[in-house]
Amino acid sequence: MVRFVVLVLVQVFLLKNITLYSLSIPYIYILYILLLPFEIPNILLFLLAFLTGLTVDAFYDTPGLHAAACVLLAFVRILFINITVQKEGFDNEPEPTLSVMGFRWFFTYASILTLFHHFFLFNLEVFSISEIQYTFTRFIISSVFTVFLMLITGLLFFRRKERK
Amino acid sequence: MRNLLIFITKYNAFFLFLIFEVGALVIYGKYNSFQKASLINSTNEVTGNVYAKYNEAERYLSLQQVNDQLAKDNAALRAKLKSSFYIDTLAKRMVNDTVYLQQYEYTVARVINNSVNKRNNTITINRGSDAGIQKNMGVISDQGVVGIVVMVSKHFSIVMSLLHKETSFSAMLNDDRVRGTIKWADNLDPRVAQLVDVNNSAKPHIGELVVASDQSLFPTGVPIGRVSNLRTKTGGFFLNMEVTLSVDFSKLQYVYVVTNRLNKEQTDLELKQKDEQNDIN
Repeated sequence: MVRFVVLVLVQVFLLKNITLYSLSIPYIYILYILLLPFEIPNILLFLLAFLTGLTVDAFYDTPGLHAAACVLLAFVRILFINITVQKEGFDNEPEPTLSVMGFRWFFTYASILTLFHHFFLFNLEVFSISEIQYTFTRFIISSVFTVFLMLITGLLFFRRKERK
Repeated sequence: MRNLLIFITKYNAFFLFLIFEVGALVIYGKYNSFQKASLINSTNEVTGNVYAKYNEAERYLSLQQVNDQLAKDNAALRAKLKSSFYIDTLAKRMVNDTVYLQQYEYTVARVINNSVNKRNNTITINRGSDAGIQKNMGVISDQGVVGIVVMVSKHFSIVMSLLHKETSFSAMLNDDRVRGTIKWADNLDPRVAQLVDVNNSAKPHIGELVVASDQSLFPTGVPIGRVSNLRTKTGGFFLNMEVTLSVDFSKLQYVYVVTNRLNKEQTDLELKQKDEQNDIN
């Protein structure tokens, strides 16, 4: 819950004003959905994703846009975890953080999910084929930026738990 | 029936996905028509107040620029004081009050939420219906045209900024007095707009001022920007050109909402004329 509030506040007040050459806009708040525990029931996951999206929408004045992208993100997350993770081994370490899962797995996980989320988000926002070139540039650069920020956050905040 | 239930529970992720996705898209689609006021935006009380608080803190950071701007405004206003004019005839002063009927009024408002890097940018300001603001009023800053009010609540309003897919209004070249339509360019640069559908007879030159025309919501002559590039895609009978905007949207702090006091009279008259035409037909 604390993580949710912090990520949304950072997104809305800090990252909303940050942009590189008006092309790259990071959406770090989706980290909240990425870091939900493995064992979470599907319905709760979708509900939380939907609410997260709606909260960010309220601040960005785009009702439904982020919510739709977050629901897609939750769906891709379920598929990805089903394919790559054996569920039995994770009773005591229930969260897919960088320190628990290792760099390679987390990097693939974060990249694929971010790409899906951003692709859907940018295309739904613009919704026109004629501007596809700019949309794609924005989508690619923003995704790189977001994944970069996620990795930094992972290194900064989730290492300590491992050492305890 | 049983098989169906087993099927649904087996693929529950997909069905849940469908339900929530459709829900989100319905909300998004509804908002897209822009007329239906929605609960989830920054005019609602919670987010509006959070933004107002945040903006209070943020204002300290730009106090210096605002002070400079105010000093400049003060100087400009002082120049317009009666005491700075030499009254050359008595007659002029007498007719002064009756010849001019005030047409435009300005309500000052503070920008509490703003964006420049989305496809469709909106601005939230801290004045609403309590201050007499209504939908479709023009919004300007001391540098030039900002946008149009699209949504009003009690204390806040949302302004569709010039940097929006659906913004388009009448503008004209200051020297030629030839009209065109101003739109935001496709490349999403917050400093550049496009002036399109300008009659071929115009002879625009680089650096020429582009101002709001007499057919727009804004007072005639409010600056929009300067022509910066003439060689954009030309389309047959009309000229298109790029315009560098005079308003720096990323630094917007205070704006003025324009109230046109004669607007109602004008629209009523036009409506009446339309009705009479229908009767004749």
